[in-house]
Amino acid sequence: MALLQIAEPGESPAPHQQKLAVGIDLGTTNSLVATVRSGLSTVISDELGRPLLPSVVHYHADGSSEVGYEAQSRQAIDPRNVIASVKRFMGRGIRDIAHRESMPYEFEDAPGMVRLRTAAGVKSPVEISADILRTLRVRAEASLGGQLVGAVITVPAYFDDAQRQATKDAAKLAGLSVLRLLNEPTAAAIAYGLDNAAEGVYAVYDLGGGTFDISILNLSKGVFEVMSTGGDSALGGDDFDQRIFCWILEAAKLKPLSIEDARLLLTCAREAKEYLTPHGVAPITARLNSGEVVDLKLTTEIFTEISQTLVAKTIQPVKKALRDAALSVADVKGVVMVGGATRMPQIQRAVGAFFKQEPLNNLDPDKVVALGAAMQANLLAGNRAAGDDWLLLDVIPLSLGLETMGGLVEKIIPRNSTIPIARAQAFTTFRDGQTALAVHVVQGERELVSDCRSLARFELRGIPPMVAGAARIRVAFQVDADGLLAVSARETTAGVEANIVVKPSYGLSDDEIASMLKDSMAHTKDDALRRALKEAQVEAQRLIEAVQSALKSDGDLLTNEQRARIEDAIAKLQTTALGENRRHITLAMDDLEGETKEFAARRMDKSIRRAFAGKNIDELASSPDSSKSLEEPA
Amino acid sequence: MAVTLSEKAAKHVASYMVKRGKGIGLRLGVRTSGCSGVAYKLEFVDVADPDDVEFESHGVKVLIDAKSLPYLDGTELDYTREGLSEGFKFNNPNVKDACGCGESFNV
Repeated sequence: MALLQIAEPGESPAPHQQKLAVGIDLGTTNSLVATVRSGLSTVISDELGRPLLPSVVHYHADGSSEVGYEAQSRQAIDPRNVIASVKRFMGRGIRDIAHRESMPYEFEDAPGMVRLRTAAGVKSPVEISADILRTLRVRAEASLGGQLVGAVITVPAYFDDAQRQATKDAAKLAGLSVLRLLNEPTAAAIAYGLDNAAEGVYAVYDLGGGTFDISILNLSKGVFEVMSTGGDSALGGDDFDQRIFCWILEAAKLKPLSIEDARLLLTCAREAKEYLTPHGVAPITARLNSGEVVDLKLTTEIFTEISQTLVAKTIQPVKKALRDAALSVADVKGVVMVGGATRMPQIQRAVGAFFKQEPLNNLDPDKVVALGAAMQANLLAGNRAAGDDWLLLDVIPLSLGLETMGGLVEKIIPRNSTIPIARAQAFTTFRDGQTALAVHVVQGERELVSDCRSLARFELRGIPPMVAGAARIRVAFQVDADGLLAVSARETTAGVEANIVVKPSYGLSDDEIASMLKDSMAHTKDDALRRALKEAQVEAQRLIEAVQSALKSDGDLLTNEQRARIEDAIAKLQTTALGENRRHITLAMDDLEGETKEFAARRMDKSIRRAFAGKNIDELASSPDSSKSLEEPA
Repeated sequence: MAVTLSEKAAKHVASYMVKRGKGIGLRLGVRTSGCSGVAYKLEFVDVADPDDVEFESHGVKVLIDAKSLPYLDGTELDYTREGLSEGFKFNNPNVKDACGCGESFNV
């Protein structure tokens, strides 16, 4: 029999119509599932009362698998078939995975995404994540006594299209309907923002087991907006364990350790770190296989000192995120702490000192993301109370654009734009009679296509033949609320259309995004010069083609001598355009234009005569204009 | 005529009320719908209705509209855990016949 929950006044659900929705924090180390019960967001624990589910899957030869603590305990015994931290492989190609050789898994290269060979067969990261999600779904359905209508699943703000799509695919495979993918910091802000009903700018400081993320959010009039994000994908609580581990080695003057002893001491280090937070001093005692005995006392003072550089390393991305959002510390109204590692007092102090205020920490930092996701799921499932009518906005981490002539990037949607968003721009053809064009979608901050990430290519065919620059092609970019991109191109006179939904074969890692951003700043001046050069080269090519086509059709208007001089100027421009000197190209173009002035005037006379003769001048009126042009498909 | 909460149910209601931050009590009621005729209503109360009947049980104010009371008289609201699931359960002596899920019933 179903057990009842207390509803808001006047909102008792009709029998069999209560919509069960959950929020899922699909984490690298641990995952959680939460739901709204009697108006309160709560994490659903397993039958032993444990809220966390380790994100670890153990595969057996008979094809079965188990997920969670049991799988985790087998890691040392059967490392090849116990898959941990699969989130790092989501939407990734084999070359994207760093330190592959140090992992115990058997990787297999596959188009789009890497695969892992296990006793139960070859598994993709999507299937492995689906096993984790399925375990959470079964737990939630048993607890809520019914089928779920849907789930909100959280992803790092940095996840690109491929990683988001992979997460959605995993959910589908696990039998979950995804109401929305939600950025983790946004979920945390929901958990706090709504409970405290406060408006203003918030910073979300998320220090997890192996990653650090900082996000600047703006909450106003019930609208959430992510203003900027930043972080370090290789910094987390584990690094603090490592520092204690190194301190133990030094303080106890230990000889180089066996693998078992190292694992034992690393566990001691983690336990000491966790014990230290509430107690102020932690004893570390261990008897090693080598016979050596460790008996030390770790104090808060020592720990603070040895971890100082790590704490400082988290503050750099914080400063940068603030700069990206064009804000200063004084603008930040509150700081939300997420991730178990933020329990450490030195982190609390450093963050408090930087923002000149006490960080918010009255919710469990391990659960806060799942709690916020559950609140969002509850609303999206339609269980909303009056006045809860709020929206949610996120941003795209890197600019989206397309390739124009000369390998230049035309940005359509700039970085940090809030999503969902749609932007369109008009483009035109490069050659006379061009009936098709290639649309190449790229992501990145640099000016040249070769420095950005290629996301997708498609072709628009069936453009009616016109002179170069006459066609009007409207290219629209649309990013939906989940951060997925759709691009369409439409030729306005003939109405032909082509489009693509971008599911890139594989995406960008946090590091790549960070380094692409860094690159773009370091190369701003360089890029501007290179762009100007490319533009001059494209312009020169356009001029040459225009003159050549005029020579072909109206060459009879010229004397042999005039013609020879024009051809000479063309040849000169052609050689200069191959060079790197923008000034020389411009001068050569001026020369050619000078030589053709007379010719142009005669052509004009001729076409006017033609017009008086009753001929159609539409073709002549549509002269090339300043619209950027797109190349023909190869 | 009386409707009561079990001690456990009262404790949970009280803690939900504190976390919710507002409300004067808990409303129990019935309405016609569902597969077996009548369905339970369980809601927080911000404003009492003039025709509400009030009870007090373990410190929690319980409000029931006069029309629902005959269906609920003698009911004890309990809070239980069944497997992974937990929530409120109506122990209602008036019920002759309930649907399989227990969300609606007949008198």
